[in-house]
Amino acid sequence: MSDATHGPDNLTGITPDTGLKIGKSDKDGPMLAADGTPLKTSLNRALRRQKRRALMLIAPLLLFILLTFIYPIGEMLFRSVENQIVGDTLPRTVRVLADWNPDETEVPGPAVFSALAKDMTVASEEKNHTRLGSRLNYEVSGISSLFRKTGRNVDDIGENYTEQFVALDPAWEDPQTFVDIFAGPRWVEANAAYDGEGRRPTFRLAEGVGEVLPQTASIYRDFARVVQVEDDDNPAEEEPWNSVYLALYEDLRDGAAIPADFPHAALLTAAQAAVPNFATTNLQAAFVDMDKDWTDREVWRTIQTYSAPYTTGYFLNAADLQLTPDGIAWRPENERVYITLFVRTLIMSTAITVACILLGYPIGWLLANLPSRQANLLMILVLLPFWTSLLVRTSAWKVLLQDQGVINDLLVWIGFVSDGNRLALINNATGTIIAMTHILLPFMILPLYSVMKTIPPSYLRAAKSLGATNWTAFWRVYFPQSVPGIGAGSILVFILAIGYYITPEIVGGTKGVFISNRIAYHISTSLNWGLAAALGAILLVIVMAFYWAYDRIVGIDNVKLGG
Amino acid sequence: MAQGDDAFVEFDRVQKSYDGENLVVKDLNLSMPKGEFLTMLGPSGSGKTTCLMMLAGFETATHGDIRLKGKPINDIPPHKRGIGMVFQNYALFPHMTVAENLAFPLQVRKMSKDVQQQKVKRALDMVQMGTFAGRRPSQLSGGQQQRIALARALVFEPELVLMDEPLGALDKQLRETLQFEITDLAHKLGITVVYVTHDQTEALTMSDRVAVFEAGRIQQLATPSQLYEEPQNSFVAQFIGENNTLEGVVAEIRDDTCVVKLDSGETIDAVPVNVSKVGERTKVSIRPERVEVDTKKLGPNAHTLKAEVLEFIYMGDIFRTRLRVAGIDDFVIKTRNSPDQVKLTPGSTIDIGWLPRDCRALDA
Repeated sequence: MSDATHGPDNLTGITPDTGLKIGKSDKDGPMLAADGTPLKTSLNRALRRQKRRALMLIAPLLLFILLTFIYPIGEMLFRSVENQIVGDTLPRTVRVLADWNPDETEVPGPAVFSALAKDMTVASEEKNHTRLGSRLNYEVSGISSLFRKTGRNVDDIGENYTEQFVALDPAWEDPQTFVDIFAGPRWVEANAAYDGEGRRPTFRLAEGVGEVLPQTASIYRDFARVVQVEDDDNPAEEEPWNSVYLALYEDLRDGAAIPADFPHAALLTAAQAAVPNFATTNLQAAFVDMDKDWTDREVWRTIQTYSAPYTTGYFLNAADLQLTPDGIAWRPENERVYITLFVRTLIMSTAITVACILLGYPIGWLLANLPSRQANLLMILVLLPFWTSLLVRTSAWKVLLQDQGVINDLLVWIGFVSDGNRLALINNATGTIIAMTHILLPFMILPLYSVMKTIPPSYLRAAKSLGATNWTAFWRVYFPQSVPGIGAGSILVFILAIGYYITPEIVGGTKGVFISNRIAYHISTSLNWGLAAALGAILLVIVMAFYWAYDRIVGIDNVKLGG
Repeated sequence: MAQGDDAFVEFDRVQKSYDGENLVVKDLNLSMPKGEFLTMLGPSGSGKTTCLMMLAGFETATHGDIRLKGKPINDIPPHKRGIGMVFQNYALFPHMTVAENLAFPLQVRKMSKDVQQQKVKRALDMVQMGTFAGRRPSQLSGGQQQRIALARALVFEPELVLMDEPLGALDKQLRETLQFEITDLAHKLGITVVYVTHDQTEALTMSDRVAVFEAGRIQQLATPSQLYEEPQNSFVAQFIGENNTLEGVVAEIRDDTCVVKLDSGETIDAVPVNVSKVGERTKVSIRPERVEVDTKKLGPNAHTLKAEVLEFIYMGDIFRTRLRVAGIDDFVIKTRNSPDQVKLTPGSTIDIGWLPRDCRALDA
């Protein structure tokens, strides 16, 4: 024992201690390579080529993943906050509505209805109003039908003004008059030259008309665009919408200063003189006539609330909240589903994970400790489910678990339950847990097995020789070393379970479905992609949070999938 | 040899089979007194580790009794046998520190924390690893790990300690240091040790007695010197140390000598060990270092033979020379590197000789 002070250490090369000493000894300056460049630089240079080669090797996969996975997911997630449809469809209304204070007046003033008349005309011509209706219907039900109804009749609004302008001078009936006033010369030229091939020239306003007749210019531009793009017609041959006349009336009424050299200046001046005597239309009454919901303050508040291009609305909705003018509030009791679903998903995933640990641990142990021939056979049995379609396996569970199914028949036959009290094993949480535990079990067994395989049997023997009972030896020595396997298996199973879809859909009924089923519903049935994206984003965050927590508590380095 | 009542460990007609067809251990009888350091030596597959595992309780004997302090322990589970054990791969629990590893056997015996600490400290000091208590096994070198494993096997003060090739994974120099430390500790503590190894040097240097295993049987159980000087059969002679074998037929047997007619025609005298009758084939064993080149040094009744030098190997302290003697060309002699030693040149023919008492006629 005389050697112990300088014994083993000097035989094992660099230990952390001696390594430190070596490190300290060169504090005189950076280590230099043989050619005099700093060692770090020349090491980096040497490594850079390796790195570049590694990058080139993974580049195809990286590109593939980026294009087919990351980008679509990113785009999908973006939908959870994106809300440009309100501002895009009702640009004028949104602008004017911003000034409306819902606490002061029951419904917004005539300016808003006038703006709405123009926006809705454009939207209904472009058939965008129903999309907007369904979007706002997510927030307040009934809006969808309101928009649909309004869209059918909105083109009549302002007809009164059209008639009065035409009565004043038949020139107002001529589409060419409007082209003369509003169209820019380059477009007129290009439009005249258009021979029906390719795209029609993009409509441009005449210079200065935007300042003189701002409202009319804006709606006429929309008119020209819609006629060209939607109807594939020539604006110079189409009579303008009633809302164009409405805008013209408003511009003239509001004292537009018509310059003397303006096209049709005389016509316009004459009209301006006549406008004060025009019979007016109550636009609000006209809208209410179409649907009385336009007097509903709730509708207007919703449009106002969701007029911003980005919204937290979908996320709030996904958390059973809603954005009201007074701030964030709970949804009505009967509409709260998502928190329940999230909680249920988490609880059931935990239950499935625990069930997988309990069932998988002994199998993993057997696999790791049997002689290789039996272990291989057992391994094949474990892997067998992977060779069968997921749908087939789940359907098989349906056959087994149903009321008149194999398991219930067996239980009745052995007298465990009476024929009248067959167990409800399917279309509820029990069914989901049973079927999913079965389906996800291999994902628990495989990491457990590969970790247990690396634990030498001599540890257990050592523990027993030191006086530990079988249980103590297992619990204090074997189990702690198998924890990385449990960790890896649990992460796999839990994360897979949390996003599972097919099995809960088939055997879950209403009480056993997961949040993913709801996401699928919104993607394919209700078409509320924004909400689906918000739910998906929350799910993603939950998974990442669990991963992070796991890393903090257990350490991701402790997760082993093998050797 | 310890017998009957004062036997501490006793194997009584023990047999072991794994598959029901082949016996791995055949009719093992062994008894050892308290405080003895006994080594089971043998090639792999000879049954020595199986014997150790049966003693530890990890394997059950198919037939026969194993007794500890006179009591059969066949039905006692391993954790109640109170036998310390050291494994080849150390088997230190990787998720515990050194101190926790050592405290483990004390914890399962429900000793108080104070006693645990005290014993752990004493055990660590014993192997001179006192400063390593807080380290994890993975932070220790192989030699350090084996010291800790040793300390752990001793910390609960077992009377019997089993060691299964504990130094097998270490390099030569460290192995020699630890060999000395282990025997020293064993004697100091008065513990009984059963040591398994396939390294004959280790067996010879450490043990009080060595049991040489081959094919599930003890071929010879003797002190190291007896084993080396007086091998009882040709397997032991071959297995322990280097050995020259000359084959022939017994021509004549007297009380303490016999005459063997070698296959090459020469006749030599030898000590009859396990030859019983004239005409029997035999292997005559001569240790290389008992062969003398300077035949004048030997007495009058020495054998001398002509030998042709085939190969001369310089090994530092000794020279190893391969010769062709009596028709075989792997006859090896060892000569000391002393100033007056003649240097043998390959191709030359020399006289070699030995005393008949160093020449043992064994089974063929």
